[in-house]
Amino acid sequence: MKALVAVKRVIDYNVKPRVKADGTGVDLANVKMSMNPFDEIAVEEALRLREAGAVTEVVAVSCGPVACQETLRTALAMGADRAVLVQTDAELQPLAVAKLIKAVCDKEQPQLAILGKQAIDDDANQTGQMLAALLGWPQATFASKVVLAGGEATVTREVDGGLETVVVKLPALVTGDLRLNTPRYATLPNIMKAKKKPLDTFTPEDLGVDITPRLKTLKVAEPAGRKAGIVVPDVKTLVEKLKNEAKVI
Amino acid sequence: MAILVIAEHDNATVKGPTLNTVTAASKCGSEVHVLVAGHQCSAAASAAAGIAGVAKVLVADAAHLADGLAENLAAQVLAIARNYSHILFPATACGKSVAPRVAAQLDVAQVSEVTKVDGADTFERPIYAGNAMATVQSVDPIKVLTVRATGFDAAATGGSASVEAVVAVADQGLSRFVSRELTKSSRPELGAAKIIVSGGRGLGSSENFHQVLEPLADKLGAALGASRAAVDSGYVSNDYQVGQTGKIVAPQLYLAVGISGAIQHLAGMKDSKVIVAINKDPEAPIFQVADYGVVGDLFQLVPELISELGNA
Repeated sequence: MKALVAVKRVIDYNVKPRVKADGTGVDLANVKMSMNPFDEIAVEEALRLREAGAVTEVVAVSCGPVACQETLRTALAMGADRAVLVQTDAELQPLAVAKLIKAVCDKEQPQLAILGKQAIDDDANQTGQMLAALLGWPQATFASKVVLAGGEATVTREVDGGLETVVVKLPALVTGDLRLNTPRYATLPNIMKAKKKPLDTFTPEDLGVDITPRLKTLKVAEPAGRKAGIVVPDVKTLVEKLKNEAKVI
Repeated sequence: MAILVIAEHDNATVKGPTLNTVTAASKCGSEVHVLVAGHQCSAAASAAAGIAGVAKVLVADAAHLADGLAENLAAQVLAIARNYSHILFPATACGKSVAPRVAAQLDVAQVSEVTKVDGADTFERPIYAGNAMATVQSVDPIKVLTVRATGFDAAATGGSASVEAVVAVADQGLSRFVSRELTKSSRPELGAAKIIVSGGRGLGSSENFHQVLEPLADKLGAALGASRAAVDSGYVSNDYQVGQTGKIVAPQLYLAVGISGAIQHLAGMKDSKVIVAINKDPEAPIFQVADYGVVGDLFQLVPELISELGNA
């Protein structure tokens, strides 16, 4: 059984984003870019399912500019078997990405798609659910455990008050949460091997997908700042301030 | 056209974020309807009818709607979606799972974690873990939104909306609910608490986390939260996590104990009214957002704080 994982190239987790002075977005020039951390978790889960014998092939997909090849090579170096890039320089919003990945799923016919639950740039948390809807598949979001057996996936999900377990019929979509696993690092020999693994490239036109954005970004601004307050010398002063100045206790 | 809010409920009661979502809905248009899709959920429907500003409550009652399965709930929303200009979900685990599914099937964009409604088609939302605020305009005929509760006041109660049954959609047969293990606690819920005591890696162990912070939380009647580092270290379970990927909170008072203040954590609590930080590292980033900071050993300071609160 084939598993598909989607990976997004985003600003590195450790970089503090800076809003552009003209208010059109966040400055990504000369900023370190990496694979979205939740997508690393998705890749890792697919690899573990393959290593456990539940999955036979792992295909990594990315949508975006040519630089997304690097992100796909990272997935290949972690252990994915093949990669597909849907290459475009146009702005891609979650609905468009879901449509592109759906088109790839139509070609590849995976039984399982694993995505990260959200990307740390737009924080949308939409693409997986949209993909499931477009494919007519069930979904298990925010997964912390995935077990495949008998044409079904039993998934433990992280929900607001604790955990919830659902069973979804395959083919199904899973989005991974933080505690699904700890992703492996790619080793140097595997990074070298990844350079030789197949990477196919399509365009949105090849796939017949309309990627026109539906949301217009009018402006991007710095959030209302919070000023640093004061350091108080002791707990007694703290309690006094909370009572009489802030009036919160 | 009317505005539809999808209630978050447990069949018996309506959950708090629904009230904030109704407030957001009333900023999008004048007539607000609430959908309660569940099983034996008439108590939840009555509660929804009591929310001020709600004109009508629609109830879909069926066994396969009992547990909020995304496939069935999305189908139920889609059955009535075309009657509405806006469909709003609370940005809870359930709302975030279902809203994109509904949007994709309507072939419209979804706007996530809306914190401000600037007009019927223009919304503000945080991106990059709250390091930037984007104002976006939707060109689609139906706007599907998830609403961040901390961005809007809770709607008042005391309303008297009409309650109307709608035909429940068929079970989609794609998924089934197995079990739910909710953390039991006598403390307030994180999302609803006025005071939150939150711990980080500085606590050092699960035992310390509970022994040091629980008496303080009890003293203040506070909810307990945690940083991702504390959750990843196994001090507490994931539902305690405050941050970009955990809960977004905005209490009156947020006490960060032994939390350094990674940007992902700050994203989840920086809208709190008053922030207090207790940390031994004077350079910790948490002090850059705290109103009051105390530098020192939390194992000394927290018990001192408890006794000081007792004296007062």
